[in-house]
Amino acid sequence: MSLFSLAYAAMALRSTPVGSAAVPAAAHTANPRADHPAARRAVIAVAALFLGLFIVLPLVNVFVQAFSKGFEAYLTAISQPDARAAIYLTLLVAAISVAANLVFGLVAAWAITKFEFPGKGLLITLIDLPFSVSPVIAGLVFVLLFGLQGYFGPWLQAHDIKIIFALPGIVLATIFVTFPFVARELIPFMQEQGTDEELAALSLGASGLRTFMRVTLPNIKWALLYGVLLCNARAMGEFGAVSVVSGHIRGETNTMPLHIEILYNEYQFMASFAVASLLALLALVTLVAKVALERRTGRE
Amino acid sequence: MGVTLLWLSLIVLIPLAAVFLKTAELTPERFLAIITSRRVWHALELSFGLSLAAAAVNVVFGSLVVWALVRYEFPGRRLLDAMVDIPFALPTAVAGIALTNLYAENGWIGGLLAPLGIKVAFTPLGIFVALVFIGLPFVVRTVQPVLENLEAELEEVAASLGAGRLMVIRRVIFPTVMPALLTGFALAFARAVGEYGSVIFIAGNLPNVSEIAPLLIVIRLEEFRYADATAIAAVMLVASFILLFAINGLQRWSERRTGQLT
Repeated sequence: MSLFSLAYAAMALRSTPVGSAAVPAAAHTANPRADHPAARRAVIAVAALFLGLFIVLPLVNVFVQAFSKGFEAYLTAISQPDARAAIYLTLLVAAISVAANLVFGLVAAWAITKFEFPGKGLLITLIDLPFSVSPVIAGLVFVLLFGLQGYFGPWLQAHDIKIIFALPGIVLATIFVTFPFVARELIPFMQEQGTDEELAALSLGASGLRTFMRVTLPNIKWALLYGVLLCNARAMGEFGAVSVVSGHIRGETNTMPLHIEILYNEYQFMASFAVASLLALLALVTLVAKVALERRTGRE
Repeated sequence: MGVTLLWLSLIVLIPLAAVFLKTAELTPERFLAIITSRRVWHALELSFGLSLAAAAVNVVFGSLVVWALVRYEFPGRRLLDAMVDIPFALPTAVAGIALTNLYAENGWIGGLLAPLGIKVAFTPLGIFVALVFIGLPFVVRTVQPVLENLEAELEEVAASLGAGRLMVIRRVIFPTVMPALLTGFALAFARAVGEYGSVIFIAGNLPNVSEIAPLLIVIRLEEFRYADATAIAAVMLVASFILLFAINGLQRWSERRTGQLT
């Protein structure tokens, strides 16, 4: 309806002679898009208050609580053996998951943007699927497959392979929840670039791999880096999925988020916030890098 | 292409199929009995109901935030813009303990609300606060580009024809951003329904009061009641699939709508 009335309005405007008195000029002086100053101030105030109260205050609170007993207590909390084991495990899991999703994201984005095939839309939807699945379910599916009562459980036990309550399960659950990140960043970017440059390189005799390394990769490096950053932030911070498959063995299968939970439930609030502050710092670094990358790609 | 499909199947599709395979082992009566049992039904109601409410609040305040960010120039605008992404980047467990600490009776915000008789932490209201927190960026980041690309001429034409500011917003701007608003709403809702980490700390987790569906899945798993856990998961997965396709449809609609105008 509104589109129709707009088209009509545009037509009406065009049929009005230039300089005619039909436009009530006095009512709309300089800029018809400018809102009333009071409305403007109110909207800015509400937006800032809402963001401050709901988003910024929790983040500030993490650091305030973490340092509530001084810097030394903070250092002691994050250098305890269990905390160090959790940090190490988190770094290891993130490294494996990000590497796996980096390779997959590149291959998937390549397949989707450089070739035509039926079912492309469905494939893109399926890659996004982990975004809309509860992290708890992401953990549950691997318990159903590899847990003791799972479909492959008896076979795994007979061969003495541990997946659930061990590193492989944590890695699998993390790969699941971070699955879309890299591919999602790359697909729209590569779609925009098309295939002309690759075809030119190939027609000049470059091999497929050489074309990829010398033409495609330099073009997509910033989008790729951005995808990797987001993927890494989520991989290090994942809680629900990892919680289901980890088994919470202290010093062995506890990642940083799980360690935060244990400390918090043991009323070691300061220590819990100290470990949490490391992850909050990671989130802040990721955001700063994101803004910097956006500015860079915006300029190019 | 083959590699993509294989990897997708191994990591995502086959594991998800296991949920339905396991659920199919139940008789329909047993499945219904699990889902409609008081505790499970309440958890599902709570998860879906509070997620709807939180997504609705995010649409209202998210729109205001987008309007301020896109239309106005003011000191700190870029900082505000960057802060919208915090819930995306902050791990859910960190958000969970931070919100709980803030809204507990001795916390910065909870301490102010306690004299008024309002309890947030360890009540369903606390869950709602956590779901608003995690959902906001979905609405803002979906609506923002659409409002940015809205052509100035449309508003100028409408205004020059004598439409008041409110009328322009209602008849010109709102119809254009509406599909994006709906997409943002659906994304925030989908995320909230499955949310676990930021909720469980602040919820109090009382059965039949403040116990969300994802937590009940975890509890059933820990009790080795796999059939119960899987049945709840199957219900939530079906909801996710429906939402996912709805979101895809909405996005295409949004592209068509804005495409027509540009």
